[in-house]
Amino acid sequence: MATKASRSAARLMMAPAVILLLGWMLVPLIMTLWFSFRVYLPLRGGDQGWAGFDNYIRFVTSSAFWPSVQTTLIIVIGVLAITVIFGILIALLLDQPIWGQGVVRILVIAPFFVMPTVSALVWKNMFMDPVNGLFSHLWRFFGAEPVSWLSDASLPSIIMIVSWQWLPFATLILLTAVQSLDSEQLEAAEMDGAPWHKRFWFLVLPHLSRAITIVILIQTIFLLAIFAEIFVTTGGAFGTRTLSYLIFQRVLESQNVGLGSAGGVYAIILANIVAIFLMRIVGKNLD
Amino acid sequence: MARSVTPRRKLLNTTAAWAIGLLIFFPILWTILTSFKTEAQAIAAPPIFLGFDWTLENYRVVLERSDYARFLWNSIIIAGLSTLIGVAIAVPAAWSMAFVPSKRTKDILLWMLSTKMLPAVGVLYPIYLLFIQLGLLDSRAGLVVVLMLINLPIIVWMLYTYFKEIPGEILEAARMDGATLPQELLYVLTPMAIPGIASTMLLNFILAWNEAFWTLNLTAVNAAPLTAFIASYSSPEGLFFAKLSAASTMAIAPILILGWFSQKQLVRGLTFGAVK
Repeated sequence: MATKASRSAARLMMAPAVILLLGWMLVPLIMTLWFSFRVYLPLRGGDQGWAGFDNYIRFVTSSAFWPSVQTTLIIVIGVLAITVIFGILIALLLDQPIWGQGVVRILVIAPFFVMPTVSALVWKNMFMDPVNGLFSHLWRFFGAEPVSWLSDASLPSIIMIVSWQWLPFATLILLTAVQSLDSEQLEAAEMDGAPWHKRFWFLVLPHLSRAITIVILIQTIFLLAIFAEIFVTTGGAFGTRTLSYLIFQRVLESQNVGLGSAGGVYAIILANIVAIFLMRIVGKNLD
Repeated sequence: MARSVTPRRKLLNTTAAWAIGLLIFFPILWTILTSFKTEAQAIAAPPIFLGFDWTLENYRVVLERSDYARFLWNSIIIAGLSTLIGVAIAVPAAWSMAFVPSKRTKDILLWMLSTKMLPAVGVLYPIYLLFIQLGLLDSRAGLVVVLMLINLPIIVWMLYTYFKEIPGEILEAARMDGATLPQELLYVLTPMAIPGIASTMLLNFILAWNEAFWTLNLTAVNAAPLTAFIASYSSPEGLFFAKLSAASTMAIAPILILGWFSQKQLVRGLTFGAVK
């Protein structure tokens, strides 16, 4: 349907979005790459020349690096496991005929709309505070010693807060996928006497596999970058310093821009590895 | 795959679903309840659920003391303007990709998506430095631009998937009848696209409102939105549960209400059309 005139008009209309995003991607990226090869300490002498690969080597050999990788992995895998498993269960439950389904759906989705700083602070103070938090009341009620959640069980606490924020996302997407499942197939299997766990394993789960993959990929990209939840709860203390938080500290807190930028390049490479898989799936869907 | 079940089974499912729903919603409910308590009641042991003296005192104190209006105004301006500008830039782009697709359309869409995957912390210092040099640090204009750019890929994608659903024949028919391109856009496409554009704006307003990396790192006093206002309560002297709850309730209430309208768009917007 496209004429030559409409083609050039189309290109023109695309131009602002493309140029802006190109600038937004390239300018900071090139600057980060540049800084990562410099000895750059803005508060202690500024740009002091070429560093070669020193920053890259120093970043991975510093004592903070491997713990931060470990912390990142524990948080990402922990949150993924919780949100995917509970997301599937809740999606299957919400798919059943129930009274007040619309309201329950809203209740389940609500945490997604709470801004990260609010959910982090509410959990930190009103639930996890060792003196006045609800958990401490609950623990005392059962005669147990209250736990200093964010210092003594810091990683499980962060995983819990972040899982609470992301469970709605997983549930909603998995619910959408469950609803597109062919019910006749399931009924046929049921009539043939297939027990529920077999129906789940051989019919439901394969049908959900694509949605599960997408949930895992999208969440991984966002979870690698969680910031506010750590910033307002522990500030990176008590073993909660993730890779992105470590980079943030190198860049803005200790103002070692060269070192932080090298870390930033690592983070960009890591995110891109995940992104490639996501793009493949999304790309297939475009055809 | 909803099927008919026995009433007993339905009752069982309903009970389980409501129990889980209330459990997940409980932190929000508890925050709202606590915001109406006095500080003493907020930390009372055992905790009081409903039988407290309801008071609006916390809201009054938060509103009076903390310049709440300015934070709120910043949030509205930053989220609102970044969404409006983003949509203004994305509508023509999405239009051309949906109706005049070329061989490279798919690549461009995927490339746009890839810019969204760039970890913010990897480009934190360059942006920070550019902001200082352009005098944009702690300015609303700077944040509007950054939030517009980080959400632009999502806006383009959502609009693209909506536009794709509009049959091209209708536009062709309009063109046959002698409509010029601007007329075609304004009188034919726009009315059909309004629902999709509205949903896109809604979701992106929510995402911009809740954004908490750039808003925390690029603002100090003047341009700080509600995300930063709430974060300021993390200091020990700000530890008043009832006031924290009142401030939190005010920060999330508008978005919770908007969010209820955007459930469906959420899936479309955040999975880039990969789950329908």
